Amino acid sequence: MSETKTLSLQLLHTPLHALHLARGARMVPFAGYEMPVQYADGIIAEHNHTRAAVGLFDVSHMGQAFLVGADHATAARALEALVPADILGLAPGRQRYTQLLDEEGGILDDLMVTRPSDPDEDGVLMLVVNAARKEDDFAHLAARLPGNLRLLRADHRALLAVQGPKAVQVVSRHCPEAAAMGFMSAVTTRFDGIDCHISRSGYTGEDGYEISCKATRVRAIAERLLGEPEVKPIGLGARDSLRLEAGLCLYGHDIDASTSPVEAALAWSIQKRRREEGGFPGAARIRRELAEGPARLRVGIKPEGRAPAREGTEIRAADGTAIGRVTSGGFGPTVEGPVAMGYVAREHSAPGTPVVLVVRGKELAAQVVPLPFVPHRYAR
Amino acid sequence: MAKRYTKDHEWIEVDGDVAVVGISDYAQSQLGDVVYVELPEVGKTVSKGAEAAVVESVKAASEVYAPAGGEVVGVNEALGGAPATVNEDAEGKGWFLKLKLANAAELDDLMSPDQYKEFVASLA
Repeated sequence: MSETKTLSLQLLHTPLHALHLARGARMVPFAGYEMPVQYADGIIAEHNHTRAAVGLFDVSHMGQAFLVGADHATAARALEALVPADILGLAPGRQRYTQLLDEEGGILDDLMVTRPSDPDEDGVLMLVVNAARKEDDFAHLAARLPGNLRLLRADHRALLAVQGPKAVQVVSRHCPEAAAMGFMSAVTTRFDGIDCHISRSGYTGEDGYEISCKATRVRAIAERLLGEPEVKPIGLGARDSLRLEAGLCLYGHDIDASTSPVEAALAWSIQKRRREEGGFPGAARIRRELAEGPARLRVGIKPEGRAPAREGTEIRAADGTAIGRVTSGGFGPTVEGPVAMGYVAREHSAPGTPVVLVVRGKELAAQVVPLPFVPHRYAR
Repeated sequence: MAKRYTKDHEWIEVDGDVAVVGISDYAQSQLGDVVYVELPEVGKTVSKGAEAAVVESVKAASEVYAPAGGEVVGVNEALGGAPATVNEDAEGKGWFLKLKLANAAELDDLMSPDQYKEFVASLA
C-alpha cells in the first residue's frame, strides 16, 4: 500500500471547519483550504444519499464577489468583454453559467453570474468562481474592468449547497419563497430570518439550492438544515462523483486555458447574440469552432469492465491510434460502475464509437457515450 | 502462524507452504469504499516489495506490494464481483492473493500484530 501524508500547515478554514470535525469528517487539503473529503458514512453512501434525499455541502471556499456598476447595462457590458455568455439579457433574479476566457479563447475559469432579484440592487452582478482560481480571477477582472465598475470581493460571505430531490421540501420549511423558484433563478431573501441570496442551482445534476450568507451566520443555517431528517453533510469526494455522473466540468481537470468552451462541449452556454456579435476574448477562434466544429471535443466515456480509468488515461481509437486523454474518471455509485470524461478527436466523438483505454499498460474496451451519465433532475 | 504486517499496510499469513496476502483493516478504513481490485495472474512470480495488485477506492488507485517473494498460486476471484468485501472483512474474506513463498526468511523483518497496532497508533 502506498500512502501520502500531507501537512496541513497554513491551510485556510471555512466558517464551518469546527462543524465538519464535530461531524466526523476526514479533512484534506483542497485549493488552499482544509476541507471535508468525506464523513463517517463514506463517499458512496454520501453520493447515494444526495441522489435519494438531500446532501449539504460546504462550498464556502469558493470565491464570491459583487461586480457593481451604475446600472445593469453598464455592469453587463463590462463583464461581457471577458466572458462569452449573454449577461445583458439576464433578467432580474436569473443566473447563468459562463467562462472567463483568455485572448486565445482558452478557459481561465468557469463561474456563475447572477443578476439579483431586488430592484434596489440594479447594476450588481454576483459572481461565484472556483476556490483554486479566485485570486487569479479577481486580479484578472480588476485589471480589465473599466473605471466605472467596482469589483467587491465577498470574502466575508459563506456558501452552502443543498442538493437532492427533497431539497425543495427542506429549504421551503425555512424559506417559503424557495418552493416557487425555477432552475437557475435567484432571490434575495431570508432563511429563518437570516439575510441570504438563494439560487436554485448546483453541481450534482439534482434539484437543489445554493445559499450565500454572511460567514458569521452560516453555522446557524447549516445546523438548521442538518437538523432536518432528510439532510446529511456531504464531502468533496461525493461532490466529485456526483458532478462526474452529471457530466459537469471540474476546472483544472476537464477545462483549463488549453481548452475552449466549444471543445469542452459548453457551446450551449454561449447565447445567440454573443455568437453573432462576438466581442469576447478569443471570439475569432470560438466562432470558427462553432461554425466548423472543433478539432477535439469533450465526451463521456464508459469503460466496459469494472476497472476505473483515471485522469490522464490515454484514449486510443479501435485501430490503436492515440486520439485523446481522460480528464476525469472514477467510479460512479449511481451508475454502479466506472465512468469517465475526456477529449477525443472530433471524428471519434459520436456516441457509440468504440475506443480503447490504456490502464496500467493494458488495453480496456470502452465506448463514447452521451453526457450526462445520470439524467439531470433540475426543477424546470 | 499469526499474521505479519508491512509498513505499507499489507498482511501475510503463512499456512503450510502457502501464504495468504491482503491489506490491513486500517488500510481499508483509510482508503474508503473499495470499488475495484486488480489481481495478478496465477503463475506470476513477484519479489518482496514489488507491486502485486492494485486496489481502487472511489478517489484513487493504490498499489499493493508483495510482503514476501514467491509465485502467485491463487487469487480471490470473489473480489471481482464484490470489491466491497475488502471494506467489510479486509483481514479475512477480503484477502487478495496466495503466494508460494520463495524464502520464508523474508517474513522475519515484518511486524507482529502488536507491533503493527503500535505502528498504526504512531501514524495518528
